[in-house]
Order: sequence, then C-alpha cells, then structure tokens
Amino acid sequence: MADKKRIDEVTGFETTGHVWDDDLEELNKPLPKWWLYVLYASIIWAIGYWVLYPAWPLASDYTRGYLGYSQRAVVMEQVAAGKAAQAQFRDAIGKAELAEIQNKPDLLNFALAGGKAAFGDNCAPCHGRGAEGSMGYPNLNDDDWIWGGDLAAIERTIRHGIRSADADTRAGDMPKFGTDKLLEPAQIDDVAEHVLSLSGKASDQEAAIRGAAVFAENCTACHGETGKGNLELGAPNLIDGIWLYGTDKTDIVTSIETGRGGVMPPWHTRLDDVTIKQLAVYVHALGGGQ
Amino acid sequence: MATSPDTYITPRTASESAAGSPAQAPDEAAGGPGREAAPGVARHDVRAVNAKDQRSLYADRIAIHPKRAHGTFRNLKWLVMGLTLGVYYITPWLRWDRGPALPDQAVLIDFEHQRLFFGPMEIWAQEFYYVTGLLILASLALFLVTALAGRVWCGYACPQTVWTDLFVMVERFVQGDRNARLRLQKSPWTADKIWKLGATHAIWLLIALVTGGAFIFYFRDAPTLAQELFNGTAPYVAYLFLGVFTFTTYTLGGLAREQVCIYMCPWPRIQGAMYDDHSLLVSYRAYRGEPRGAHKKDETWEGRGDCIDCKQCVVVCPVGIDIRDGPQLECIQCALCIDACNEIMDKIGRPRNLIAYDTFHNLKAAETGGSVPVKIFRPRTILYMVLLPAVLALMTYGWVNRSELQVNVLRDRNPLFVRLSDGGIRNGYTVKILNKRHDTRTYKLSIEGLPDGAAKPRIDIVGLESAAPGIAVAPDNLRALRVYLSLPAAAVSSLEGEAADLTFVVTDTADGSQTRRNTNFRRPQP
Repeated sequence: MADKKRIDEVTGFETTGHVWDDDLEELNKPLPKWWLYVLYASIIWAIGYWVLYPAWPLASDYTRGYLGYSQRAVVMEQVAAGKAAQAQFRDAIGKAELAEIQNKPDLLNFALAGGKAAFGDNCAPCHGRGAEGSMGYPNLNDDDWIWGGDLAAIERTIRHGIRSADADTRAGDMPKFGTDKLLEPAQIDDVAEHVLSLSGKASDQEAAIRGAAVFAENCTACHGETGKGNLELGAPNLIDGIWLYGTDKTDIVTSIETGRGGVMPPWHTRLDDVTIKQLAVYVHALGGGQ
Repeated sequence: MATSPDTYITPRTASESAAGSPAQAPDEAAGGPGREAAPGVARHDVRAVNAKDQRSLYADRIAIHPKRAHGTFRNLKWLVMGLTLGVYYITPWLRWDRGPALPDQAVLIDFEHQRLFFGPMEIWAQEFYYVTGLLILASLALFLVTALAGRVWCGYACPQTVWTDLFVMVERFVQGDRNARLRLQKSPWTADKIWKLGATHAIWLLIALVTGGAFIFYFRDAPTLAQELFNGTAPYVAYLFLGVFTFTTYTLGGLAREQVCIYMCPWPRIQGAMYDDHSLLVSYRAYRGEPRGAHKKDETWEGRGDCIDCKQCVVVCPVGIDIRDGPQLECIQCALCIDACNEIMDKIGRPRNLIAYDTFHNLKAAETGGSVPVKIFRPRTILYMVLLPAVLALMTYGWVNRSELQVNVLRDRNPLFVRLSDGGIRNGYTVKILNKRHDTRTYKLSIEGLPDGAAKPRIDIVGLESAAPGIAVAPDNLRALRVYLSLPAAAVSSLEGEAADLTFVVTDTADGSQTRRNTNFRRPQP
C-alpha cells in the first residue's frame, strides 16, 4: 500500500496510499487544530469527572467522588417518593370497608395492583402465580369455596389462616376414618363409591347404595345430607365438579382414610392491614368472588 | 479553506507563529569555521520553510470574512432566512383553542403528558410513527432537491447556514464589510477594536439566548414559561436547555461556522452520492472563463476568457473557497459567487452567468460547443417524485382513519381457563380502552363468535355492576378492565377443539362506532 503514496497534483496534498475501486484515493490532510483542543478539553473533562463522581475501583471500595453521587441513593429516594405517592391510596384503603374499595375505581385499581404484587410474594408458592392452585391447594379463580368466597370470608381466611396456630383460625378436622380405624376398609370403599355417585361417576351402584348408609351415619354431620358441604366447618361440596384432592376413587379413598386437612398460615402476623385488604379484594376479583 | 497547498504547508512552528516572527528560519550566515560551501562561498544555515519534518500535523484555522454580495441569490437567501427564522421564533407563540382541559399552544411538545400538539392534531406517544412519517417525507424531499439542484438545503435552509448568515450580518453591521473586518483583525488591541468585537459577541450571545429561549418554548406554554424564566421560577431543565442552546448557537453560528460543514456534518458526504451528471450545481463555466487574466481597457475579448481573475467569487464565499477550482466538498452551494460574478460581468459588459447553476453533462458538452438540456426526469428523481406523494398518501390515509378509541384485549395465560363447579369453563381477559377524545365517553362491551341462545356466555366485568349503563372512560384516559367470560357446560362441549375464536366489540354509545378485537376462548382438552 505504502508505495501508492503520491502527491495529488490537483490539491498538492500527499495521499494516504489507500486505494479503493482502482482509483479512489484519500488525501492525507492535517487535522484542524481546534479538533486537537477539543480532545484535550475532553481529557480535562474526564479528570474533572473522576474528581466529582465515583470513578476508580479500589481493592475493597471505589473512589466516591467529591459530589458523593450514588445511583443506589437515587433509587432509594425514588422508592421513598413512590411510597409517599401511594400513601393517600393506602390510607384510603386502610379506612375503607372492603365493599367500598370495590366501588371506587381508583381504589379498586390500586388494590388489584397491590394485591397482585403481594399475592406473587406471599401466596404464589402454594396457590400458583395465577392462583390456579394444585393438588391440595385450592384454585382461587373458580367459584367453589371451602370456607366462603365473599369479601369478609376471604379476608378472614387470609388474616387467620386455616388449621393454623392462630386463636381465630379456621378449624374443622375430618376424622381419619382409616388411620384411626373408625371404618372398615370395605366401608370406606363403599362410601367412596357413594361420594362418586353424588356427581354421577360411580362405577359400582351396589357399593354406592351400601355406602349411602355409612355416609348418612358418619359424614352428613359436616357434609350435609345431600353432600353439599358446609362453609362454616370447611366441609367441601361433594356434588360439584371441583375436587381439591383429585377425582379418582383412590384419591377419595385416601381422603376418607387420612382426613387430609390442609394448612394455611395466618397472615396478619406478617402482613399489614392494608396489604391483607388488597389481597382480599384481589382474590375476590379473580373471578369466583361471591 | 485548505484547498490550495500553501494554506496547508505552513512554514511556522507553533512557537514561531506565536512570536509573530517572519516566515523564515533565522539566518546565521556569518562566518565560523567550516561554514563555507566552497572557498569564498558562504553556506547559509537555513532550511526550507516547508521541509517535510517542519510541517505541522495540525492545520490552523484561517479566518474567513465574506464580503456582502448583491443579487438574485442573495435576495433569495434573505427571504429564506426571514422565513425560517420567523417560523422558528414565532411558532411557539401561536395559539390554538382546544377547550379548557388542554393547552392552547398551537405547536407544543408536551413531555409531561406525552402528547404532541400540532394545530388540530394531537399525537400520543405511542403514535410517534406519524412523526417518523414526517421525517421520511422530509428526507425524501431532501433527496429530491439534492438530485435536482445539489446542496440546496445546505446553501439556503440549513440552520447552520441561516444562523451563520445572521451572525455574519451582525458582524458586518458592527465592524463593516470584509476589508474593514480584515483591517480590524490585523489592528492592535485599541479601544475601538475591543468595543467593536465586544459588541459583536454581545449581540451574538443575545441572539443565541433568544434562539435557545425560543427552543424551550416549544416544550411548555410559551407565555407562562417566558414569565417563569424572568422571575426565576422556571423548571431547572428549562434553564439547562436554554443554556445548552445558547452555547451551541453562539459556538456553531458565531465561532465554528464553516468548520461545522466541513468537519462535523455528515450530510455533505452523503449528498455526494445523491447528485449526478444531470444535477444543477453551482459551477464555474471554465469553457467560457478560461484563459483568465486581467483585462485592460480597450483590449479585445477575442481569444481570452471572460474571467478577469478579480476574485470576487472568492471573497464573497462563506466557506472561503474558489469555485473556479471545480466542485469541492467545502462548497455549500449558496450561489453567492453567482451574484458576485454577475455584478462584475455587468460592469465589464460581458454576458452574465459565468458562474451559474449548471450540470456536469452540459459543462462537458459546452467545451466542444454543444449543449445538453437539463434533464429533470431521470430514474432517481422519478423514484423520489413517486415515493413522496405515496408516503404522503399513506400517512394521510392513516391519519384520517385514525381511531379516537383504542382497544387492547389480553387473554389470561395463567390460568388458561378455569373449571367452574357446574362443569362450565371461564376465561379471563384484560380489556384496555383508551379514549383519546376530549369528553367522557361511555362504551358497551359485547362479544361475537361464541354460541348464542340458552348457552350464551356470561360476561362479568370486575368493579362494574351489570346494571351499569356502560363503561365510562374519562377524556384522554385509559381504563383497564378485568373481564370474565363464562360458558355453561353444555356450550363448552359444543365448541370444537381447544380454542374457539371470538371477537370483543366495544361500542361507543354516543355515536355507535364500534371497535373489534379478536381473541379466543380456551377449554380443557376434550
């Protein structure tokens, strides 16, 4: 390349020796001086920046700069400002009845957003991120409630938990008919057939009829004569299409044998009032609220 | 600027030029042993001033003092300057009544509310593509004029050109025309020089301040902001940008000038690829002008060129080049050299347009006495001429059919569906309704595409009584709704496949206009 350097006759400048497309050359023109000064000025600017702002990493720390600027501190300020901006909504939610929150669009929006965040932080590990639940953990989107699906019932369940150590907890234990030998295995099998027959799924009608007698004797106190369940006692509805522990006969037999009895912690010890209210409104709005 | 070698090969080193010493190294001719080149012939201890190792790697700035030109193009430039500056300074003060809830500034870029107001138009942040469209139109227009007549933008309308022109005008007003300014530059620092330079820079700064001020008025109600600026209550960003634009206007228009066009601006480099042999460019007609030379009284014009080498074209040039050297990258094609030359041609009684807008083709043909007519319609100009109205039509179509109502439907993905106790299935949706109108509108939400009759799906909207007359959305506002569709068991089994298509219909109760959004309804695997 270097041998292509020559003096361009039109301008009198030397070329750089770079040639493209056979004859396209580049003049080696001097840089304007101001350009050089701008470079020096930016170097000085950089030094000023090092002095004023955090710049150099050290072994265990960094140079913090004369202005003491910190992005972390800025974020904390913004978080505090955000919290302050939320204060009016949180105050209003704290004072309002749950139904009032639902009727005020701005409070409802705030409660739904806050409830969604709190749900993700606290409830999702068991109930799922979309509150879809899983075996043993109820789906909160549907219209089937074990302990009641109105705002007050939902709030109480969240506040005090189910079969928890809290004094006001939801409590209602199903006997362990198998483990405690309250029923013979054959009886349990018959009752399971009867329970299946309540939603039209029985395969052995005779067993189901035999089971009806056992059901009337042992189960109706809580689940009701028709199997409709009892919200007060947390006895599930046995005639609808939703099953917490599965629809197979073996699942139902296991339920009768062990009594199941899922547990939910009380949340009033961990969450503040406003958050619990937001959660109640959020869960109620998931679709099944009554 | 830097077009002839002697402006580059500067003999002085930095220290010498600072000391103002003559352009030659000191001559130490006097005696000393071994200083004779030959007996009786002294050897001078001197080096060529432009010896390669003495040339600076950096070029000095050579001040340019353009002379005032008179003529058609100068007048055109005054006109364009008046128009562009007028539009720039006055626009923020134009009012446009939009009712009590909205700003009454005709052109306003409202960052706070993420709106762009342009007369009757109101563009939301998510509709910024209209601005993109405007930029596409502007660049196509630029391509077209560049293909037709070269750097018209640079020469007449570019802010850098307009403000530089304005600043030169100030300079001329305070210090006098070119010769006076040259004298002033060379003169020692007298009170007069200090006063004149001081006044020039003061006026420049004032213009820069007004320019920066006008800029920020586009972003906030101008009369309010003007008041706030004076009593010190304007937001600090207003002062910041006022400062930034004052600084850049003063620096670029007053100090940097042609350096911006030559070294900073990328557009001239791109334009080089946009004109061709048919483009009308400011050109020196060498076939007519050469051989050039001084013309004596009563001398014949036969056998010589019309160029009398008076260099008027050079002294009026705002970038300091000689158009007679041919087309060059520094030339912003402002056509002032045409005016200057025509004035001289009139004076010496020769035909005008020795320097004129001409095409490469015609210049070449003219060398042999021919001529080529200007070809305006060529593939590239036709392409631009077709694209320009096409893009304009597309944008107009988009604007005319722009809905004042925007609807988004997001189907829940977790859970995909919910099984209900009666065997039915429910799907959840988030429906967002954006009302861009300036009054509250009430909308009705309905669906199409799922079975009707007894097995009709139920629509539940969270936070909305089923008896409510509709969904009210405040002016200029967005409302997000949780919507649940529930299908009874019988209807679910009648659906085919895992997902059934359906359409949400949002009806404006005021005028009955409808907006539709497609989505689907999911069920468990059959």
